[in-house]
Parts: sequence; structure tokens; C-alpha cells
Amino acid sequence: MKTPVYLDYSATTPCDPRVVQRMLPFFGETFGNAASRSHAFGWTAEAAVEEARAQVARLLGAHPKEIVWTSGSTEANNLAIKGVAEMYRSKGNHLITAATEHKAVLDPMKHLETQGFEVTWLPVDRQGHVDLDQLAAAITDRTILVSLMAANNEIGTLHPLAEIGALCKRKGTLFHTDATQAAGKIPLDVEAQHIDLLSLSAHKMYGPKGVGCLYVRRKNPRVRLTAQMDGGGHERGMRSGTLNVTGIVGMGEAARICCDEMAVEVPRLRALRDRLEQRILAQLPDAVVNGDPAARLPHLCNISFPYVEGESLIMGVKELAVSSGSACTSASLEPSYVLKSLGLGDELAHSSIRFSLGRFTTEPEVDFAADRVVQEVQRLREMSPLWEMVQEGVDLSKVKWTVH
Amino acid sequence: MAYSDKVLDHYQNPRNVGSLDKNDPNVGTGVVGAPECGDVMKLQIKVGDDGRIVDAKFKTYGCGSAIASSSLATEWLKGTSVDAAAQIKNTQIVEELSLPPVKIHCSVLAEDAIKAAIEDWRQKRAARTAETGARS
Repeated sequence: MKTPVYLDYSATTPCDPRVVQRMLPFFGETFGNAASRSHAFGWTAEAAVEEARAQVARLLGAHPKEIVWTSGSTEANNLAIKGVAEMYRSKGNHLITAATEHKAVLDPMKHLETQGFEVTWLPVDRQGHVDLDQLAAAITDRTILVSLMAANNEIGTLHPLAEIGALCKRKGTLFHTDATQAAGKIPLDVEAQHIDLLSLSAHKMYGPKGVGCLYVRRKNPRVRLTAQMDGGGHERGMRSGTLNVTGIVGMGEAARICCDEMAVEVPRLRALRDRLEQRILAQLPDAVVNGDPAARLPHLCNISFPYVEGESLIMGVKELAVSSGSACTSASLEPSYVLKSLGLGDELAHSSIRFSLGRFTTEPEVDFAADRVVQEVQRLREMSPLWEMVQEGVDLSKVKWTVH
Repeated sequence: MAYSDKVLDHYQNPRNVGSLDKNDPNVGTGVVGAPECGDVMKLQIKVGDDGRIVDAKFKTYGCGSAIASSSLATEWLKGTSVDAAAQIKNTQIVEELSLPPVKIHCSVLAEDAIKAAIEDWRQKRAARTAETGARS
């Protein structure tokens, strides 16, 4: 087995070799600009882009014309949120989202707040779900957009898209979903789920980095957006800029593979994830699985290890590439805002690891990862004053700490 | 984040992990930090009759730099006098471990833990002296 073992597929995925093969000619002989209408170089590139558009549309149950290429999910989220806000300002100035969304949704929303828009930040319950009655009550006739992610990137909790979509449709507000983590993992259908806007990123589904798309509904209702990038009027005027043909071809092939293999791949991933989780919990019964145990991404688990600190744990399991639920590693020294939003105590929010499995994960890798984590947690507990206090029967919540 | 070799060494081979009997009159215990801040250090010293620290132990909940800072502190404490120990500054720990700016608080915590342990020992000693004085 090669180490480090990569278990951070929710951060990014390697390109599938089939994706690479499909992309290669577009670096060389097939180099045309898809917007060149006067010669064969352009026509070939355009045909490849349109094929990819159809492949991505198929993953979403959308029409190819509803796909707008972007540089990734962050751009797609910005375009959806700011584009809707600017376009529909005369209709209303209210938007709704949740506390556990990705920064690429939260930050555009915060930006809009500085521009005179009002944003409702819905809380979530212990498993990461918003209360649909609370959502319904928050929607007013001034509400122009609800943005709720398909699957949470840290804990994997799935929002009930069809129910949220139906609610938004009934209330006459647009519904955007960031489906970056969900694509290829759970079935997406913009019709059945009443989705008006949907963001995707290629590199989370075995495509290349630097390319993504925004699905923009064309009818019932026709969604209009104010472009955030002005120029040559590409992508129906919604996103100017010469298309990243090579990347787009890769994203198309990545979407095709997801569509074709999801039925086999998802049960395999779920079995591996469950194996990992059970092997850890069997040895560390007080570890806590975060998120919704049922309505959850099949390839991800987020586990808190009480009495040990997340950053030191990750440092200890250096044979594993995993990420900390704690954002300490990004130098902010703050525990994850997602875990905090769930109402987790600090000692749990500071002590979590996200494992995300993928297409190339094997059973021996999963067993190795589980055992290494258990060993390291046990080693760090021997070093932990909190663990010692708990063994002595001390209630940590009653201790008077010197907060610094 | 890249850790210095010394931090890695202390993290992987921490010196003096463990506990001394906190009820021993010659043992001073300092517990600083809070779980919500992501680090808690417990540092203990055992002081001989000559005012020298004969043993030091630690347990730390925290990042690798916090573990390394407390491990280093126990190394420095052993064999030194209580008065010299009280002079240890966090900046010396920062320098020895090449801690980056975001990890300076780990060294501050270690300094606080040393001072808290010494204070605990001094209070115990003062209480004992008062007791002996009252009896004679």
C-alpha cells in the first residue's frame, strides 16, 4: 500500500485517466476557440464543448442550453447569488441561506448585505438540517432567492432538495443549490427537485480543476441573471470569456463517467465508508459521528474524538491525507463553524476528522486508516489532561477553565 | 502547516508525559487553558528541600506545538531551581522550537503553566509553614 493514503476526496479528486485521455488532444491539435465561427478549428472546439454540455446536463436532468460554464463552483455560486440579486432587485431585496453553507455562498451573501440586501441565516439542528417550517415562514413576497446546498462539505448531511424546491416554487421564489459535493454521489434532477440554479465543480468529480458550471433554468420560470463578468457575451451573455475548452471536455467526460457508474460506485463507497466508521467506533466507542447518519453523502464521514485535539491528531496520522473539522490548520485557531452550528461542544468541534473516500479507495486502505487513527487517538489520550480528568470522574463542563 | 524538526521530535517523542501525585506537599500543579480554545496544559513540578525541581511532568490537550512547548518546558524545569524556573519566558520557547506567529500562544500557555505550578507549590509551602508556626 502506498502512503500517504488519500482520504480527502471532498477537497479534490484526481482526474480519472479516462478524463485525461479525452482532454489530451485539446491541448494540441484540437486547439480552436469555440467562439471562432469562421473555420474548422472553431467548429471542432464548439462541437466538443456542446457534447460536454449535453453530458453535464444529463447528470442533472437538464437541457444542455441551461448549462453555463464557469471556472468552478465558487464562480457559479457568485454568479447565481449576485446575478439574481442584481437582476431581481426591483422585485425584492431578501435572500435566505443557512449557517452551514460553504464560504462561497456565505461570502457573496455577506457582500450583498453591504449593498442593501437582507439575508436570513437559517440555523440548523444537531444533524445539520434546516427546519422547513422555519424556511417557509422566512419566505416573504420580498424574497428573491433561497440558497441551500445539496450536501454539506464537512459533515455530508443532505438537504431534502425536492421538498425545498417544491416549497420555493409554491412561494414563488427562486431556489439555488450548491451541488458541488453531491454531484455523482446522489441522484440530481432539476425537474423533480424543482431546482432553478445549481452549481457544480469538475474537480470534485474526477475532472480537472479550474472548470465548473451553473445550471440556469430556461423555463417555468425562465431565470435571468446579471452577468458578473462582462466581455464578448459568451454563454448567452451570462458569463463572458473564452471557453476553457480542454477543461470543459474533461468535465463532460467526468460527468458521463459519474452518470454511467453511479449505480455501482455509490454502494461500493457506502460499504467502504461504513466499514471505516464501524472499525473506528468498535475500538473507540466514545467517538461521535457528526451529521445525519442516514441522509448523508455515501463517501464521507466526520468523526469527533473527544479529549484529543484535531490538529495534533492529523499531525499524528501523517500516513493519511485527511482534513480536520477544526480549521486550526488554516491558522485561524477557530473550530469549524459548521460543527459549531450543529451545537457541538467545543471539545468535540476541536477534535474532528473528515474522512472522504473516492473512486480509487481500497479496502486495505480503509482498514489501515481506521487502525492508525485509533492508535493515535489512544496515544494522544495518554497525553491528554482532559482524558485523565474524565477517568477520575471529573465533569469537564463544571471545571473553571482559564480562558485565554 | 510545516512544523520544525524540534516540534516534530517533541510531538513524536514527548518527554516527561505523566502525572505526579497532586496531593504530595512537594508537588506543584498548574492547569491552564480551556477546551473551547483548543488547548489545556497540565504541568507539575516536584521540588526538593534545596529548592531544586527534582521532577517535572506534563499532560497536554492541544496542537503539536502546544505538546512540544510543554514537553520542552518539563525538560528545562528538571534540575533547575524554582527561582530560575520562574524566569523562563515564552520567547525562549518560541526561539527553541521555531514556532510560527500563529503558534506563539502555545508558548505563552507553557509559561503560564510553569508559573501556575510554581504558585501552587509556593502556596502549599506557605500553608505548611503557617501550620508548623501555629503548632510551635
